[in-house]
Amino acid sequence: MSNDLSPSACSAAPILKERGQHEVFCGLTSIIWLHRKMQDAFFLVVGSRTCAHLLQSAAGVMIFAEPRFATAILEETDLAGMADAHQELERVVSDLLSRRSDIKRLFLVGSCPSEVIKIDLATMAKKLSEKYHPDVNVVNFSGSGIETTFTQGEDACLEAVIRDLPNDEKTQLAVLGALPDVVQDQMMRLLTAMGVDDVLVLPQQTAGTPAGVGKNTHFICAQPFLGAAYDEMIRRGAHAIHAPFPFGANGTTEWLAAIAKRFGVDQSTFDAVTAGPKARATRAIAKVSETLTGRSIFFFPDSQLEVPLARFLSDECGMTLTEVGSPYIHRALVGEDLKVIEHNAVISEGQDVEKQLDRLAECNPDLTVCGLGLANPLEAQGFSTKWAIELVFSPIHFYEQAADLAGLFARPIVRSDLLKVRSAS
Amino acid sequence: MKLSVWTYEGPPHVGAIRVATGMKKVHLVLHAPQGDTYADLLFTMIERRNHRPPVTYTTFQARDLGSDTATLFKEACLEAYNRFKPDLLLVGASCTAELIQDDPGGLAEALGLPVPVVALELPSYQRKENFGADETFYQIVRKLAHPVERSTEITCNLIGPTALGFRHRDDIIEITKLLNELGVQVNVCAPMHASPEDIKNLGRAHFNVLMYPETGETACRHMERTLGLPFTKTIPIGVSATNEFVDEVFTLIDRSNSEGAIDSRLPWYSASVDSTYLTGKRVFIFGDGSHVMAAARIAKEEIGFDVVGVGCYNRELARPVRAMAKELGLDALITEDYLEVEATIADLSPELILGTQMERHIGKRLGIPCAVISAPVHVQDFPARYSPQMGAEGANVIFDTWVHPLVMGLEEHLLTMFREDFEFSDNAGPSHHAAHSPNQEIADHTATVSASDEGTNVIWLSEAEKELRKIPFFVRGKARRNTEKYASDRGVAQISIETLYEAKAHYAR
Ligand code: SF4
Ligand code: SF4
Repeated sequence: MSNDLSPSACSAAPILKERGQHEVFCGLTSIIWLHRKMQDAFFLVVGSRTCAHLLQSAAGVMIFAEPRFATAILEETDLAGMADAHQELERVVSDLLSRRSDIKRLFLVGSCPSEVIKIDLATMAKKLSEKYHPDVNVVNFSGSGIETTFTQGEDACLEAVIRDLPNDEKTQLAVLGALPDVVQDQMMRLLTAMGVDDVLVLPQQTAGTPAGVGKNTHFICAQPFLGAAYDEMIRRGAHAIHAPFPFGANGTTEWLAAIAKRFGVDQSTFDAVTAGPKARATRAIAKVSETLTGRSIFFFPDSQLEVPLARFLSDECGMTLTEVGSPYIHRALVGEDLKVIEHNAVISEGQDVEKQLDRLAECNPDLTVCGLGLANPLEAQGFSTKWAIELVFSPIHFYEQAADLAGLFARPIVRSDLLKVRSAS
Repeated sequence: MKLSVWTYEGPPHVGAIRVATGMKKVHLVLHAPQGDTYADLLFTMIERRNHRPPVTYTTFQARDLGSDTATLFKEACLEAYNRFKPDLLLVGASCTAELIQDDPGGLAEALGLPVPVVALELPSYQRKENFGADETFYQIVRKLAHPVERSTEITCNLIGPTALGFRHRDDIIEITKLLNELGVQVNVCAPMHASPEDIKNLGRAHFNVLMYPETGETACRHMERTLGLPFTKTIPIGVSATNEFVDEVFTLIDRSNSEGAIDSRLPWYSASVDSTYLTGKRVFIFGDGSHVMAAARIAKEEIGFDVVGVGCYNRELARPVRAMAKELGLDALITEDYLEVEATIADLSPELILGTQMERHIGKRLGIPCAVISAPVHVQDFPARYSPQMGAEGANVIFDTWVHPLVMGLEEHLLTMFREDFEFSDNAGPSHHAAHSPNQEIADHTATVSASDEGTNVIWLSEAEKELRKIPFFVRGKARRNTEKYASDRGVAQISIETLYEAKAHYAR
């Protein structure tokens, strides 16, 4: 096996770094998909009414019976003395666990208020883990807006999960990132067909299956926003596999090829497994691309999926890139995608939303990818938009979803071509 | 610390944003971390606004905390002023910034901007969204509105409507029309549609119409004291209330009512034959206090429903809601705990819920129809068509929306006659909503052993169970519950067909 531990370090075009008003959710938002993915886990945010309101607003229409997340809302009395807050939290947790015996993993999720008043959730988690051992494992991570942006909540969660895993020296592949079940199943079929059998997917659906990581673990990220989880894997002695992210026919093939190479899969097996679905995906993308080819696209920073998606849209769908904004650019993760696009787009990191809106007006792109707060105001100004949040909720990875992914971007353009009705105002 | 799954109200700064977004030429600088910008989507997505709320968030990060968040705030303030050139600047802090105590008011004052600055105190750990809106608007009025010369013609102000309000957009139009018919012009509508200049002119009016006590009462009381503006106390939702509102307006302007009753279709629709099927339907009502009180009166007096439970989530109106509940012979449910509301509804198993977006979901799960009467609401509650709640048209809209989720009279009648006919499979639900047939799993569980409230098990004999299934689905849940209660109250361990009909006779209305 070959260990290409560092991404190509030569790619270093200047990145426009911005610091101003951000218009992005905080990491708490990740809970909305994580709690669906991890079916025996409960996410308890220790925060304010704002945090509770953010969760429910971002969850939007998806109100479930009693979701597996909730907020322990801090009140005046909790702010007065620290000892109280810790005791209060113990009481809330005990109430919760006595009502929900199905919970095996409890995440204490830090927020801005809990961090500013320095509630020590890490120690709390340790204490509670001992108290509820072996029934419930209590883990802490931060989803606060002063520490994390949107998808970084999943990153922080995964980092905590990995830190908690025992050492395991067996040779295995670890895939990091929560994927919709249908996508994960497709991925597993492809890997199995290539002969890569020992696969650990993190986060795990349930805590029941034993898992560990160690120095014979080779890992690859399925999501580009897992910088901290990546670092934690490295600390645990695992070896990173670098590749473009598995979006589109080419992205998926290269991602699988990187794994194949590391695990010594021979070329003929690899081709036998991938040729069919690859050809199918390419055909499907070609159809959707008719709408996208030659159109320009602008990304506001949101999910950190921006760089890989821009790679897919320019490389495989023929779109023209203008600005590709991302909250953070981890070269270790997105380096392979970045080197394809960085010479034909402005790459920006961080945000100053007002200035970026000015640049948008100058670029006047055919399609703008942005958050929910900006979408309708931009539509009203005549920009076609795609809500970025849909990209983290929808199945978009691997071959069979490649055309759907392209379709998400094509739909707003198709619509604006279709609509012939004009507004009076 | 309070465990919360879903909340009825956001934090107080969301109330401040509702005021700022409703107004013109106002900008709010909020000291807040980046995640708090989610509030924008409430307005741009749920309310479908085509402009960003006029809010600048400082979006400070952890690394700023050690250094200088105050400077960050000042810079954001200055930039926002230079970019947006508002006539009034509001400054405030969200929950996190409240903890770091940067004093946005003092910092903004020190900048010496050429426009008035209102510093908001929004205690995030004590109060909520409605308070935030009410307080913000009050502070704006206090700062800008001073006595001015009254208008020669008779005018009034409309007070209380905000961005994201439930049907505020259309209520404004309806009430303006009604007032115009009475010979009263609207001087200013605020906060919605008002500029700081308009606020200065509030005193030109002869009186205030308090449309929404939740968001406008403090300002109205202040204007009563300082501008000598009396305000109306009746909320014109429903036919009788609108008539009383008209009377109140006439008293305020010192004229006698020559108009007669308002022209709504509701009275005739309620009196028509089809609506006998509405009579005595058991309804549960929950929402903000003002809308709940109005709804309870309409339900009881204008449609003939049986109100079996009422409550509100805003404690500010707990007292009048309790008093009204008492008159109905009920105990009001005053809570912001969604799970408690759900448990109460499950327990009462009403035939209709009048509630908020939350109760819509409760209803969906329990298989109970629901109509929305109050915030918090969702995107479908900002319809494209004109749909006020207030005035004559409001009463029409209310009749339609409340009756819509129910099986209509003629249809209920047919179902009863033909329920054995396969084409009338009663699981299909009301014929006019194909997609939203109620979920039968809960209302119609097939287990034959049920635990009654007392913990004793009641057994359904199989013929009784079969008979129960012949009862139309929309009353089946209630029939099951009543029968079980009847049985366990009498120590009957097995439910036979006999017991079922005994119980039916016992509960006959
Ligand atoms: S579609 Fe149904 S479940 Fe979804 S928000 Fe609308 S009413 Fe609720
Ligand atoms: S940014 Fe901070 S305070 Fe705001 S919702 Fe997120 S964690 Fe809560």
